[in-house]
Amino acid sequence: MSVYKVKSARRIDLVTLGTQLLLWGYAAIVLGPLLLVVNDALRPSRDIFRNPLGLATSISFRSFVKAWERANFNVYFFNSLVITVAAVLLATAVSALAGYMLGRYRFRGSALLSAYFLAGLMLPFRLAIVPLFLLLNRLGLVDTRIGLILVYAATGIPFSIFILSSFFRQLPQELSEAARIDGAGEFAIFGRIMLPLVRPALATVVVFQFVPLWNDFFFPLVLLRSTNKWTLPVGMTRFFGEFQTDWSTLFAGLIIMTLPLIVIFLLATKQIIAGLTAGIGK
Amino acid sequence: MSFVQRLSRRKQPARARGVGRGAPSWEIVAVFLLPAFLLYTVFMIWPLAQSFYFSLFEFKGLARGAFVGLRNFRELFTRYPVNEQLPRAFLHNIYFFVGTMLVQNTLGLLFAKLLYKPRFGKRFFQTVYTMPYLISALVVGYLWSLMLNPLFGPVNRLLKAVGLGALARPWLGDPATALPAIILANAWQWVGFPMLLFSAGLANIGEDLREAARIDGASRWRLFWSIELPLLLPVIGIVTVLTFIGNFNVFGIVWAMGGVNGEPAGATDVLGLVFYRTAFRGGVDAFGLASALAVLMFVLIFGVSMVMVNLFRRWEEGLK
Repeated sequence: MSVYKVKSARRIDLVTLGTQLLLWGYAAIVLGPLLLVVNDALRPSRDIFRNPLGLATSISFRSFVKAWERANFNVYFFNSLVITVAAVLLATAVSALAGYMLGRYRFRGSALLSAYFLAGLMLPFRLAIVPLFLLLNRLGLVDTRIGLILVYAATGIPFSIFILSSFFRQLPQELSEAARIDGAGEFAIFGRIMLPLVRPALATVVVFQFVPLWNDFFFPLVLLRSTNKWTLPVGMTRFFGEFQTDWSTLFAGLIIMTLPLIVIFLLATKQIIAGLTAGIGK
Repeated sequence: MSFVQRLSRRKQPARARGVGRGAPSWEIVAVFLLPAFLLYTVFMIWPLAQSFYFSLFEFKGLARGAFVGLRNFRELFTRYPVNEQLPRAFLHNIYFFVGTMLVQNTLGLLFAKLLYKPRFGKRFFQTVYTMPYLISALVVGYLWSLMLNPLFGPVNRLLKAVGLGALARPWLGDPATALPAIILANAWQWVGFPMLLFSAGLANIGEDLREAARIDGASRWRLFWSIELPLLLPVIGIVTVLTFIGNFNVFGIVWAMGGVNGEPAGATDVLGLVFYRTAFRGGVDAFGLASALAVLMFVLIFGVSMVMVNLFRRWEEGLK
């Protein structure tokens, strides 16, 4: 055994070295562009064009102010925030209710209903845009924030029910039975006992809905027409046409749009990883 | 168990310990279930189902006209320009899928394997590699289109700075490199996803199995090929299916890097863009045609993913 170890020591070292090189090399490929964005948002476009790989010599936030005020990012940001938060809250609320019922009880049709909700995870939903557009048009909801909120909330339901019902299922039976003996009704058991116990799952569900909705481009592109209702991604397409030659402002715009997600990422890395790997492992 | 497996295995999971015996009265069940059911059905399932129905009708603007049978489907393959754009876009989506499997998912597996053992900075690398997933596909696209700019883009500058100036080119302006560049930018964004899934899969393989193989004198390479890879098959299946679904829905990143028409000269056009253009930049009778295209894409995406799920399941069973 020990002879084997001595013989392969040098080979192992090469492997370790190669591994480290690879890991750091790829980390540089990920971080390089991100650092470049920050660097270039802080220096004037003139400097960027003169020296594309140079560092910001003095720090100026003028590009951020420009993107925020002149490129309407204040309006887009507000719209994105209102629409995303409302949709996430709505979807989480209705999914918690349904997930509780489907996770805790078996009744006629419950398995079918679970499968019905679960199927939404695999449906290429954007393909429904034509009937959806006509439906919202009939309801007077095209070009309204409410319309987009309802659509977004619907898309969040399958994943939320999938996660929440499996968490509700694992809570011990004794808890609800004890409460029932004390005279608590179904709503009290749900609201006061069960819901607080699935808080980690609620966090995963909220974070996991927030990110794709904040980033979504397709639905607001089709459903919102007035620029004062646009969300950040749609605003971004016009912004990139208008500020084509002002790279510093473009980079500042990219940062403004991504900033809330970075905050979430720092606060909730664990939930994000839990959501990405949902269902795999224990 | 993943949802893909859950869908494919019709067997009910064993009754969990928390599941109640007597369900409450139907009124209470309804109050809990109805809000989600209505929202999901009205705004998601119903429009999806309607696509199938609408594809058989003629449209004049927003108004539905006469029943035309399969005419819309026929026109997808006969009417210019969609008849020329459709096969090309379909091919590009296949390139996208194959390229992503080869680059993004292979790298994801490699990183998961390298980061499997507890090593210095493990969490740092995992966090960094996963980070771009958060950024909007549109932002990633715009970011890389600036990076790859022929005049002021840092990529070409960097190549020149290290003496590889011969490689510098207008990446997104050249039809030969535009689509690969987008595939790479997309992989840059998503590589953390397969990495995390493969990491979870590797963690599920018992340490005693690895130990047994090591005692039998298996090399690392052999351990990977003969033990770990076969046991990762379920995860590989999930990653493949999700990559397929994701790649055939790709939209934002291509829009940002190639525009609504998939420039240059349609070299980056994909089905998502063709669908959008057909529906909303198509002309008065566009909605019927777009619904027909939606049905075709739905059948393609859903059908192929189901076939994949079944193939992987059979393959898995064959290995047992």
